[in-house]
Amino acid sequence: MNNADITWMLVATALVLLMTPALAFFYGGMVRSKNALNTMMMSFVALGPVAVLWALVGYSLAFGQGGAFVGSLQYAGLRGVGLDAQGTIPHLLFMAFQGTFAVITAALISGAVVERLRFGSYLAFIVLWMLAVYAPVAHWVWGGGFLAGDGALDFAGGAVVHVNAAAAALVAALVVGPRKDYGRHAMLPHSVPLTLLGTGLLWFGWFGFNAGSALAANQTAALAFVNTLLAPAATLATWTLLDLARGGRVTAIGAATAIVVGLVVITPAAGYVGPGAALAIGALGAAPSYLALIYRARTRLDDSLDVVAAHGTGGATGALLTGVFADPAWSGGPSGLLAGNAGQLAVQAWSLLVVIAYSGVATFVILKAIALVCPLRIGGRVEGVGLDVSEHGEEAYTTGDGAILVTPGEAALGPRANAALARSGGAL
Amino acid sequence: MKLIVAIIRPEQLSEVLEALFHAEVRGLTISRVQGHGGEMEHVENYRGTTVKMALAEKVRLEIGVSNHFVQPTVDAILGAARTGEVGDGKVMVLPIERIYRIRTGEQDQDAVTPVPAHR
Repeated sequence: MNNADITWMLVATALVLLMTPALAFFYGGMVRSKNALNTMMMSFVALGPVAVLWALVGYSLAFGQGGAFVGSLQYAGLRGVGLDAQGTIPHLLFMAFQGTFAVITAALISGAVVERLRFGSYLAFIVLWMLAVYAPVAHWVWGGGFLAGDGALDFAGGAVVHVNAAAAALVAALVVGPRKDYGRHAMLPHSVPLTLLGTGLLWFGWFGFNAGSALAANQTAALAFVNTLLAPAATLATWTLLDLARGGRVTAIGAATAIVVGLVVITPAAGYVGPGAALAIGALGAAPSYLALIYRARTRLDDSLDVVAAHGTGGATGALLTGVFADPAWSGGPSGLLAGNAGQLAVQAWSLLVVIAYSGVATFVILKAIALVCPLRIGGRVEGVGLDVSEHGEEAYTTGDGAILVTPGEAALGPRANAALARSGGAL
Repeated sequence: MKLIVAIIRPEQLSEVLEALFHAEVRGLTISRVQGHGGEMEHVENYRGTTVKMALAEKVRLEIGVSNHFVQPTVDAILGAARTGEVGDGKVMVLPIERIYRIRTGEQDQDAVTPVPAHR
């Protein structure tokens, strides 16, 4: 083991963990104020049950010795996951680093279904999705599964994290259906500054996500780190020009989106390409997502916070461009199209197709199964009132006027009656 | 001329505005207010503190209209603001002594007759 590697991976794990609260701010600013807490909680809550089940089962399904499709239960309950070396770091630390990826991938999906999905149904969904979709897909690419065998390149999770979450988001938006106001009334972001704050924290955390995926404090980590700086910068620069050309004004939400798209695009390539290629990938990554955003808003698809356009289109663009720009002169590893290996592009496309198909179908099955037990959507009246009050019994921005303190004696009735109201789906 | 004051649920505001524009009612003022209309209070919890929210968010609309616009305006609000639950709000029609349009100094009927804005 190597103490420098351990140090860097401790820091990187904490950086990736920060991305989930960052995502909460990024998403939370983009919804209406009556749903701000609910939207932020959809990200925050993944830090609980998803992380626990990752440690107990998910990690083993992803990284246990197994077949082509899924790992095994050999590490279930963290049995055999100790301080012995996995590469050059303790196995337990490797498990924790990977766990932070599982958490944020599940949370990413929430952007497609905010402002109408029942919180309980959401909880059930992300837990089942992490076990049934994220863990196997991570196994395919990183755990020695069949996509690794096919030679698919995914440095930090373009397909495993972003395309995977986006395919689930697309299906979830279709199954849950649009918000009742969608396409009828304007629904504006309630706090663009929160979204910008979240964007900054996401970029910061993403250095751990990409450079940490080197799993060591080495030259590959330095390469991935610098690419994580350059690619989003190029995307932001390009997006700025696109904004200027289209509307004559550079928008803040656009800048936030551009940075996230740039980060997504470089994720699969981060440790495989040189800095020049990172600039090119970032610049080339802007237009597909930009067009996807504009097109989506004209459809009936209420992917409310554009998970598909940012993470799906961006992730797919990045995965394909990895197959173009992968450069052994920089990484000492695999070659892409420009280094004379045209077949890599086909492998990248194949990995995308498999991930999209599996994630989409499995998401559909999970949501339909949950719908058999409890409704997915909140009632129409409650949707109008907002999910902060109905799902959490809290408000993001309250003056406190008219709040009457309930003494412990009466309190027993209150929350239960309130929960019953929320369940009845309307009588608030 | 009448002043129509309506207190409605905030979540019905978009519907009400849509209905008013369809009824060709131009010129209105809204404010965010808090009130209590006999609806059931919802309960919130902040750590150990449980509170009953006795005041609910409401929106107050004020619309000055000429006499033949009173009924269409009231009908639009009644239709769009109604959910059937307690707490839907009120519409009040008040007499007005005089109205002035600030820009021109026009009075009464002329002051509430919309003119297209020039750009």
